[in-house]
Amino acid sequence: MSDSTPTGSSTPAGGPAVGQDEWVARHAAARVFKSGPLASAEDRLRQVPWWAWLVLFLALFSLLPLVESSGYVRRVAFDTVLYMLLALGLNIVVGWGGLLDLGYVAFYGVGAYAYAILDSPKFGIHLPSLLVVPLVVIIGAIVGLLLGLPSRRLTGDYLAIVTLFFLQLFQTLTTNGDSAFGHNITGGPNGILNVDPFHVLGHDLAVQHQGVFAVAYLYVALGIFALVYIALRFVNRSRTGRAWRSLREDPLAAEAMGMPVSWLKLMSFSFGAAVAALTGTVFAALNASVFPLSFYFVLLIIIYTMVILGGSGSQPGVVLGAIVVSPALELLREPSKGRLLFYIVLIGGLLLMFRFSRRLGLVAGATFVLGLVLHVLASAHDHRWVAGEHAGGFAGVVGHWVVVPSHLASWIAPTTYIGLIAAVLLLTLVSGWLRLVLLVPTLYLAAFVWENVMLAKPEPARYIILGLILISLMVLRPNGLLGERRVEIV
Amino acid sequence: MSSAPAPLLELREVSLAFGGLRVVSGLDLHVDEGEIVSVIGPNGAGKTTLFNLITGIYRPDSGSITLAGDSIVGLQPHQISQRGISRTFQTLRLFLNMSVKENVMAAAYGHTRAGVFRSMLRTPGMRREEREIEALAEERLAFFGKRLMGYRWDQPAYSLSYANRRRLEIARATATNPRILLLDEPAAGMNPAETHEITELIGELRTAGGYTILVIEHDMHVVEGISDRVVALDHGVKLAEGSFESVATNAQVIEAYLGLQTAATK
Repeated sequence: MSDSTPTGSSTPAGGPAVGQDEWVARHAAARVFKSGPLASAEDRLRQVPWWAWLVLFLALFSLLPLVESSGYVRRVAFDTVLYMLLALGLNIVVGWGGLLDLGYVAFYGVGAYAYAILDSPKFGIHLPSLLVVPLVVIIGAIVGLLLGLPSRRLTGDYLAIVTLFFLQLFQTLTTNGDSAFGHNITGGPNGILNVDPFHVLGHDLAVQHQGVFAVAYLYVALGIFALVYIALRFVNRSRTGRAWRSLREDPLAAEAMGMPVSWLKLMSFSFGAAVAALTGTVFAALNASVFPLSFYFVLLIIIYTMVILGGSGSQPGVVLGAIVVSPALELLREPSKGRLLFYIVLIGGLLLMFRFSRRLGLVAGATFVLGLVLHVLASAHDHRWVAGEHAGGFAGVVGHWVVVPSHLASWIAPTTYIGLIAAVLLLTLVSGWLRLVLLVPTLYLAAFVWENVMLAKPEPARYIILGLILISLMVLRPNGLLGERRVEIV
Repeated sequence: MSSAPAPLLELREVSLAFGGLRVVSGLDLHVDEGEIVSVIGPNGAGKTTLFNLITGIYRPDSGSITLAGDSIVGLQPHQISQRGISRTFQTLRLFLNMSVKENVMAAAYGHTRAGVFRSMLRTPGMRREEREIEALAEERLAFFGKRLMGYRWDQPAYSLSYANRRRLEIARATATNPRILLLDEPAAGMNPAETHEITELIGELRTAGGYTILVIEHDMHVVEGISDRVVALDHGVKLAEGSFESVATNAQVIEAYLGLQTAATK
């Protein structure tokens, strides 16, 4: 958005604050760096147009397969692009329309299933991709419209319940769709198999190339992402986009200012659904199969996490959210990498909390010493107390600090776990020096629980870590990483 | 205007009850083209309800509301807005997390056409319309002198001071290109200087903007300064109507406002 402010140098020059407006203006124009080359670099950085950022981002992402040949990494990158698309779609409904849509994942499923039915041996239909993908997008938009119709008078909690019900309905229908009126349509829990890959003009876009994940799909997904991003950005800066955001801010005022609120709600539902369905086709084509359980509640939570974490309403924000959360979830699958992330979160949280103050040194130092002392005491008491195994990743360092017994008594895991939760809750209740003092054993307890309890169960652990990241970020940056500052209507 | 045209806005025998509570009963009201009519009355008299009836937020139980002779009862609020009735809110309802300029641009929705797909492709027609919307917003904001100009355009509406928020509400309301403007307590919460300014501004809205204006106001100086005609309401019933002097000296109006126990002197 190139603004042509006629008054030119807009910020009022120094002198006493004149009023609230002026104060806010000056505050908004303030730079992180006050002067020097960094300040001018910051100014220049702010003038980089949005499309330059997009091109840079796409270029860097496209380079990834050249520097990284591992099929696994490429696959994670591909999944991340899918998440980016899903987050962009959800952002239409949640970030712009301001509607709490808990059925969003069902539209993703609708897209994937529609593609699978229209392009698989299941019914012997094999439509060309260039036909089937737009078709599925339209189907997704229509399903979104249909769900929107009964919900258009609902807001907030009521809308959330209805859309959640829709997700459940989708689950039930697909799971039991192997005997719908005597016909097997969805394949039930076994899903639909042997779905065609994308095929354009007689050429199949193979999923695997010499046994490794085919990069082509990453580029296809990136291309779709770029198109969706640009199209949505243009819509956001049109009368429709402004109307969507007006609806989010104040539906009654929007209606009174000539905007058809019900219709706008339907549209935002429908467009969100269309983007989800589009993503579903890529998902189905790559995986060559669809199952009901691929589109369940956990996925919904993950997409919401991305949107909220990145900054609901901001396109670059939700994309960044996807880029942070998707690889983080992958990293947490492996205990050794999960450990790295855990300590990064712990230390990062401390840094954000105390900045670089003396208290940070005190807490970190005290925690370190506490660990060493406990470790020495434990090993002096009984060597088995510290003889536990550490799996992978800088285990040596941690092994001299956290007590990891070779055999854990059955009562220890639940006790320490609940103890940690209690300690964290207690932390939120106390303040001042008491909090500092309490923080030290809590940190150590967290490390202990991580090493002894959570590492043994990586699957729940990764969601717990995700939750922790989310909680701490929401406290520190309530509007998300790139979110605009927000105020609620009083 | 010819001598006996239909009034621009006319309410006849309009009644509305919430359950057993009669908020507006048998109200007649008309506003002629180019007029400024003030509605006064104590709190709870039904003034804002009147606005909500006219703008379609409530539907009257009985009676008719016409705009230039056409009934608008039963229309959706956005349809009524598109036909030429715009309003401000007593409890400011700005789009707080949108920029000042966008607040005004958003209100141009009703009289612009570009659809979503044209917006996605940024067709030349859509871009031309966008430029028109932007020019319209800038013009409407310029109406308030320097108050809403310059760097304020790109600031979120929540950053505005209270008086500027009231101004922005008026700017937004005029961006729907209305024929009649309903202002709900435009001077509420303003200091004497700002009140004076808003009084002049309402006059300018008529002379320069060409709007017909129906205004709810408590500040009697404002009412005196702007009104061609004053309507006094209490308990949803019209107590008096006429020039400011005649209404302000009306015994019933004074009783309703001050609660004088005139009956005691009987």
